Amino acid sequence: MSNKEQFLVRAEPYYEAQGKEVALYEAAYHARLPVMVKGPTGCGKSRFVEYMAWKLGKPLITVACNEDMTASDLVGRYLLDASGTRWLDGPLTTAARIGAICYLDEIVEARQDTTVVIHPLTDHRRVLPLDKKGELIEAHADFQLVISYNPGYQSLMKDLKQSTKQRFTAFDFDYPEAALETQIVVQESGLDAGTAATLVRIAQTARNLKGHGLDEGISTRLIVYAATLIKRGVAPQDACRMAMVRPITDDADIRATLDHAVDASFA
Amino acid sequence: MVTGVRHVPDARSRSYAHPQVQAAWQALDCGLAPVADVFEECIYAALASFSKPQLDAYLEAARVIGKLGRGAEPLLAFLEEWPTVVAAASGDQEPLLPQVMAVIRAMQKSPNSRAITPFLQTLAAVARRLQSAEQIEVYLDIALNLMARTTGSIHGHHTTFPSPGLPEFFEQAPRLLGLLSTTGLQRWTEYGIRNYADHPERQVDYFSLQSADSHAVLQRERHGTLFADVERQLDLYLRALWRDSEQLVPYSTAPLTSGELRKPVPYYDHLGLRVPDVFDDGKGVSGLDRYRAVLAHMVGHRRWSQAQIADNWSPLQRMAVEFFEDCRIETLLIREYPGLSRIFLALHPKPLADACNAETTSCLRHRLAMVSRALLDPAHGYGEPVLLDFVRRFHQMLAGRDSSTAECAALALAYVTQTRRQSDQLAKIHFDDTVIDYRDDNRQLWKFIEQGDEEEAFDEERKLEPGEELRGLPPRRYPEWDGASQTYRPDWVSVYEALHPSGNPAEIDRLLAKHAALAKHLKRLLDLVKPQDKVRIRYQEEGSELDLDVAVGSLIDFKSGTTPDPRINMSHRTDGRNIEVLLLLDLSASLNERVGAGGTASGQTILELSQEAVSLLAWAIDCLGDPYAIAGFHSNTRHEVRYQHIKGFSERWDDTVKARLAALQAGFSTRMGAALRHAGHYLSARRADKKILLLLTDGEPADIDVAEPGHLRADARKAVEELAAQGVTTFCLSLDPRADDYVRDIFGKRWRVLDRIERLPETLPSLYLELTR
Ligand SMILES: Nc1ncnc2c1ncn2[C@@H]1O[C@H](COP(=O)(O)OP(=O)(O)OP(=O)(O)O)[C@@H](O)[C@H]1O
Ligand SMILES: [Mg+2]
Repeated sequence: MSNKEQFLVRAEPYYEAQGKEVALYEAAYHARLPVMVKGPTGCGKSRFVEYMAWKLGKPLITVACNEDMTASDLVGRYLLDASGTRWLDGPLTTAARIGAICYLDEIVEARQDTTVVIHPLTDHRRVLPLDKKGELIEAHADFQLVISYNPGYQSLMKDLKQSTKQRFTAFDFDYPEAALETQIVVQESGLDAGTAATLVRIAQTARNLKGHGLDEGISTRLIVYAATLIKRGVAPQDACRMAMVRPITDDADIRATLDHAVDASFA
Repeated sequence: MVTGVRHVPDARSRSYAHPQVQAAWQALDCGLAPVADVFEECIYAALASFSKPQLDAYLEAARVIGKLGRGAEPLLAFLEEWPTVVAAASGDQEPLLPQVMAVIRAMQKSPNSRAITPFLQTLAAVARRLQSAEQIEVYLDIALNLMARTTGSIHGHHTTFPSPGLPEFFEQAPRLLGLLSTTGLQRWTEYGIRNYADHPERQVDYFSLQSADSHAVLQRERHGTLFADVERQLDLYLRALWRDSEQLVPYSTAPLTSGELRKPVPYYDHLGLRVPDVFDDGKGVSGLDRYRAVLAHMVGHRRWSQAQIADNWSPLQRMAVEFFEDCRIETLLIREYPGLSRIFLALHPKPLADACNAETTSCLRHRLAMVSRALLDPAHGYGEPVLLDFVRRFHQMLAGRDSSTAECAALALAYVTQTRRQSDQLAKIHFDDTVIDYRDDNRQLWKFIEQGDEEEAFDEERKLEPGEELRGLPPRRYPEWDGASQTYRPDWVSVYEALHPSGNPAEIDRLLAKHAALAKHLKRLLDLVKPQDKVRIRYQEEGSELDLDVAVGSLIDFKSGTTPDPRINMSHRTDGRNIEVLLLLDLSASLNERVGAGGTASGQTILELSQEAVSLLAWAIDCLGDPYAIAGFHSNTRHEVRYQHIKGFSERWDDTVKARLAALQAGFSTRMGAALRHAGHYLSARRADKKILLLLTDGEPADIDVAEPGHLRADARKAVEELAAQGVTTFCLSLDPRADDYVRDIFGKRWRVLDRIERLPETLPSLYLELTR
């Protein structure tokens, strides 16, 4: 089961660097420092980690965190089977054993008592205690921990403890600047550059309203969605409303303003 | 107060502790006791917003009104409401006060003096709806016209009868203006005058909105898109599409009562972008889109136009430059948002090529309007070679670049020269199809060297003298961060803490009652968030009880040979909401400002709205059971930061606390860092998992002993960092729509700007719920 091969990223993921992040990540990896990737939703955090795993040729194990997740979901548990019980490694344990990059996506979603199980893995000890099994795992030399985190969440309850934050090096991501974002949209959807640039501009109008009724602007991901719909023959205005405007707001005035931005952006 | 039986001494002898109030009272020369009772309060309000000359004019006007012989009422109304009127007119008292006084004199001289009181009583509400001095002037004109045409006109009598409709009109005015633009009000009034000038009873019915036709006309006049109804959308539009947060100021489109046609044109100046108060739909374009076209055009000028020296050019040349420059601007706008061209072209006239007779008429305007059309509309269809040549040169000039006003002007002048005709100088000008009504009047495009620029002289704001001696605890000293030298100034700021004075707790209960509907809605939300005492946690490997459903399922899995889920237990926990919050209120002088913007303007001060909001929030947190404290602060130099204790963590939400909240007052400045540190030291001593400092403020840190604006900002940022290190999370709700730059600077990601202050009472509690969800 703990087969390293199956976690390798085989094809090169498409990733456009925004700055020096690739070299910096490599440096962090070589020192096996834990990494935290911060940024608004849909700005390319997951894509970046996937790309780095590919580039470094290391297996990648991704865990999408959620509120109901317990420490056992990360570490592992005993299962009943016909002949008694059997231990099953959780994804974090697997990663530590085989020397994978373990990517905990949206770590703030997890309960705080869950987050602390990663602590011993992130300091010089690099160990993972399996309390129930009475085993102490020494992390494989290739193992690295990466977490992602969206600081834009307005809830003050969903924040990492200082003691967790201060175990990581961090990258601050934001939406790429217009030309780069356009290129990403073109590449991801196959849409022509002109229309893609228009979509990016519309997304930027929404980003201007952040803090004035919008908590988050329109993400790169949503732009790619709209572009994909257009590519499949949906009228551009309809695609924008459906994939970019409707998902982000229920405020009638803001919706009307963004709808107008959509109309104004297409000749 | 019952004053009837007792002998009331002349109130002139009343004395006031504050010398300025005393001087003002003497200037008023008024013997009316009810006025004396509220006078001090009125003067404080006036002092907070008026300059010295403004205050003198205000008192003089009040003196005149006090001597009209109509008792205390009109004077009370004037004293209390006038500062609001001035605030609504952007603080500009100068042209307005003489006009209002003229109206009062006119009523006093005619038999209409009974209308003075209702006139003054509703003036503030009217002003809040109209939002500009010009608009208020229009309103005054409408009222004067009504008075002139309905006074003493009853058939066969002499002019000794007062206007029956006038007092009713004044009473209804705020409501009418809630529905109509001044244009609509003017027409509605006109109908009433024309039909009921000779029927006193029916006139009263009409103007008091009792009769059916009065309602019908009201509905009929309610067409078009009112500025007041779309103001927020237009603000969002500017911000989202153009990254502009300029103020919008409406002007009236009502015709003057003299019958003279008024066709005002949009413009912009240092006070903001001026737009009409109403736009009808038309030419296939909605009123809202017409507003957007107007705003886009002005934004374009602000971005791309450079003012030109006008003195060397003739009026005809300037007109040509304006046409060409407007087209350059719009071409650039369309480049950003191609969809705008549909709106521009729908609104832009399409002059017929042979509509103007050059033998008898000056045709330059007509030619330029055609050029303008052709520059924007590739399908213009004109064939005249010179025009086509200039269209080509224009596009060449803009190919791949923005060009400039000067370059565009050169092209325009060349066009005038090349197409010049003798008849261009004729007095008769061809106007048909040449007016492009979404364009502004281009006043910003010109500089005149000859007449010296009249610098607007701003009176220095007056400040209250520092108040009474501070009693209570000795000061606590805090350091202040000096961003320039990157060091702390030790023991720099003195914070005095005191119990907030008390008022009447029933006030707060009244405010809560006023928001009963909102409270009911909040209650539902609260019930969702509120910790149930016991929460069941399912899917536990170890737990206190067997979860039967799950256990049976697992057993089935087991028997059928698949892997059973071992999490067959459940447990209970008492809810873990472990939050403590300190609400810190900025109580600086700016809170005395009234809220003006928007249709539903309640005309309250920000302070009053904050009181309502804080009461609701306190009530809500109390329902949730989170421990909380409330404090306020303001500052008067670094030697005196006052931190006012309103509610402590251990105090209950009861009459003592409500009484303090009821007495909330605003004054002085905002030295934020020290107040944050002081509040933070209380919070960091608490033991909750989550400690939140919620700051409610309406502006950026400032104090009168600090000239450099960045300094206190840097200090506040530092204070927020210090608190974070102590485990205190700071969140800022700002009421300053222009706060973006500095709140981000200070609070990082933890802030929100409230664009519509009127909605504070509902926003504050729901923000808290959101933050602690
Ligand atoms: N730099 C980039 N290079 C290539 N694609 C990108 C880049 N940035 C964003 N994308 C596109 O945006 C999409 C969303 O990115 P991704 O899933 O990595 O976002 P995320 O930041 O992890 O979001 P969330 O916080 O919601 O998980 C990707 O699927 C990809 O199409
Ligand atoms: Mg992701």
